[in-house]
This record gives sequence, structure tokens and C-alpha cells, in this order.
Amino acid sequence: MRQVALIGIGKTAFGAFGDRSLPSLAAEAVGLALSDAGIGPSSVEAFYLGNFAGPSFTGQNHLAPYIAGMAGFAGIPCTRFENACASGGSAFFHGWQSVAAGLCDCAVVAGVEKMTSRNTAQVTEILAGAGDMAGEGQAGATFPALFAMIARRHMFEFGTKREHLAAVAVKNHANGARNPLAHMRKTITLEQALAGKLVAEPLTVYDCSLISDGAAAVVIVPVSHAPRYRSSKFARVLAAVQSSDTVPLDSKPDITTFSAVTRAANQAYAQAGIGPRDVHLAEVHDCFTIAEIVASEDLGFTPKGDGGPFAAAGCTAMGGVIPINTSGGLKSKGHPVGATGVGQLCDLVQQLRGEAGDRQVAKHQIGLAQNLGGSGGTCVITILEAA
Amino acid sequence: MSREWPAEGTIYTETIVYTAPERYLADAPYQLAIIETRDHQRFTVRIVVDSVNEKANVGEQIRFAEERDGVAYYRRVRSV
Repeated sequence: MRQVALIGIGKTAFGAFGDRSLPSLAAEAVGLALSDAGIGPSSVEAFYLGNFAGPSFTGQNHLAPYIAGMAGFAGIPCTRFENACASGGSAFFHGWQSVAAGLCDCAVVAGVEKMTSRNTAQVTEILAGAGDMAGEGQAGATFPALFAMIARRHMFEFGTKREHLAAVAVKNHANGARNPLAHMRKTITLEQALAGKLVAEPLTVYDCSLISDGAAAVVIVPVSHAPRYRSSKFARVLAAVQSSDTVPLDSKPDITTFSAVTRAANQAYAQAGIGPRDVHLAEVHDCFTIAEIVASEDLGFTPKGDGGPFAAAGCTAMGGVIPINTSGGLKSKGHPVGATGVGQLCDLVQQLRGEAGDRQVAKHQIGLAQNLGGSGGTCVITILEAA
Repeated sequence: MSREWPAEGTIYTETIVYTAPERYLADAPYQLAIIETRDHQRFTVRIVVDSVNEKANVGEQIRFAEERDGVAYYRRVRSV
């Protein structure tokens, strides 16, 4: 296997863009990534697109070659990957495999979603399709409801409190307020977060990520080729792992942990030859505040059950033991579902290059991204190192 | 599609859904729960509650009430 480098990153702003089409958002992110890498479209040998529900949200299918045509590299293999909220991460994992295996010398991985053209009830219905439609979906489970039930059980078993969940929201909004590309650039107080409108008890609107439009893209090549393209800094992939688990929440023996995440984390740390203590910062999948708390435990940053107090004590804030979601996370940055996994990588690379502005963390050699699909049916973990 | 629902069980976890998907908008708010049977099988069901203040909590006993449109409804077993 060859070592793989991320030599270009590109992101659109995340937000509600009524006048933008899904393909135009993706093509913009791809264009930015290519120019960041300093290459033209003719160098691209394969295109991997992460997208959850473009056909449901916009009516347009066949998205990968559509976007490739707009980006100027029609002709190469172009494929769309769908793995719920881990669609972007899954596209990256397969692009990485191809470059690492020597099947291709330059791949573009993009992620995109266009969600705001539908109303909340319609979006809720489409997102529910990432769960088990015949079982939990039929009973009336929404995604907030599934994570509310995870939160309720975590509270029951470990004494996790509403204040702990709210602390995650306050922290991610504080970070996102400093991210020019974030969807909701405003700080919130603990009192506001606690008094939010209920979505699925105990989760309020402040515990839920945003419904957003947006796209992100990266360019990957073998590390040995990286100096040809870019003289300044790039990021090396230390580990890329994709794992899975059963989809229905009621099929999992323990819903306070995601076995797909612990499995991927163990493999990723082994592949990278590091442990959780060696990670300087992480972008984790905070589709809901409870998901960030569970992720901090599953990734080994804090013992199981301790994720709530760990967050409330500021350990995951800027300057904490392990800064988590310095981008603002899905909570504040926004969660255009298919774009999220690729967007996390862009945010990490920005930190690893030391280009994160007033969100820059002091130690930024090694970063980890965790992208979760549904209520844990898919997980992709990527560990990057500054090079 | 009808299926076999257990006669009783306990609440493993629960939530009250306020923001419902499009097809269940008229039902909101409603209590949803994963229940567990004595032999550790789990099912995702609705709990019938008169008001959200009387919701069933984790660990409470519930009993099958009815099935409507493929959704199983349970009620709390109240101690008299």
C-alpha cells in the first residue's frame, strides 16, 4: 500500500442557499480544491462523490458524472457513494483505497447535500430513511428521536445531565462563531441551550445539528507525488478505516456506545501506530450533542460514561485536553449530510497546515475525523498528520 | 403487515417526539420507546399516555394495548 497525501481542500460556505443547485455547490468545492492543490482538471483520474439523498431532495439522479462534467473532468470513472451521514467519509475511504493500492495517481473526493429546498417535516421524513424504515421508522422514530433515546439511556446508566449536553452545544457554537464558512455563526449561553424548544425529549433544537446546503472536496495523490504539486504543507493519511453495524437501534445490545465506532477506532489507531492520547484535535460527528459525548468515549478520549462531565469541564474546548470540533461541528458549522465527512477532512487539514486563523490550536500535528452514518450503521475514521 | 408483539415488557429507553415526520404530524407529541422483554428481545413501539407529564420512564413495566397501521401501542402497568 502506498502512503496517501491530501494536497488540496475546498469548501463552499454551509448554509441555506435557495438560489444554488446541488451540482453547482459541488462543482464550486471541487474547483476550490483543484486550485488549492495547484492542478488542473485533466490531472484527475477518478471521482468519488459522497451524497446521501440528492435524488430525494432535488429529483436529480446520476450525480457523480453530472458534477464531473461541470468540474471539467468528464471521461474518468465517477461514482456516488451513499452511506447515510457517512456518505462523504465513505467516498473518501474508497478514493483513499484506490490511490493507496496504486490503481490511480490522483483522485478527487467530494461531498454535497442540498437540503433547504424542503420543509422540516419533509427533511425529517427523508432523513428517517437512514434508519430502519420498516421497524423504528414505522413506529414514528425520527433521527432526533433515535438520538434522544440514546441520550435517555446514557443518562440512566451514567448520570449524564441535560447540562452536559448543553455544554457541547455552547462550545460548538463558540467555535463556529469564529468560522467564516459556518452556517450559524452565533454564540449561545447555557441557559439558552437548556430552554430551547423540544424536538425529541430530552433534546432541544440546540442539541440538533442544522439542515444545511453545502459541499466540500479534497484532492488526494500518493505522498511520493505530493512535492510535484504543492511546495507548501500537505497532510498525510496515517489511517483510513470504514466499519459497519446493524442499522436498527433496537438491534444493538448497548445503545450507549457504537460498535462501528469502537471497531473503526481500534483499527485506525493500530494502522496509524498511535493511541488516543497522541491525537491533538478531532472533528467528530455531532449530529446531536449526545453523539459528540458518545464519540469522545468511543474514540478513547475519556472513559465510557464520562463524556458528559468531560465536555462540561472544558476538556474538549479550544485549549482543552483534546479540542473537539474547532470548526463548530455539525451543530454550528452545519450538516449538509453528504458533505459532512469530506468537510471534516478540510477542517482538519486547515488546522494541520496552521491556517485556521483565530480557531487555530497550538498543537496541530495529528488530527482525527470521525464520520457516523445513521444511528451507527456506518463509521469512517481518518487520522491525518501534518507533513 | 401484522407481526407478533410481546404481551408485556419494560422500558429500555424512551423519548417524546415533538417534531414528527410528515406522515405522523397529526400524532405529535407522542411517546416512543424501545421496550425489552424478559428474554431480552427489543421492539420500538409507541406508549399511550394521557399527557406528556405522565410519560413512562426507563425501567417501568408496560403492557400491549393494540396495533394500528403496523404500529404497536403499549400502556403503563399501574400499581393500584
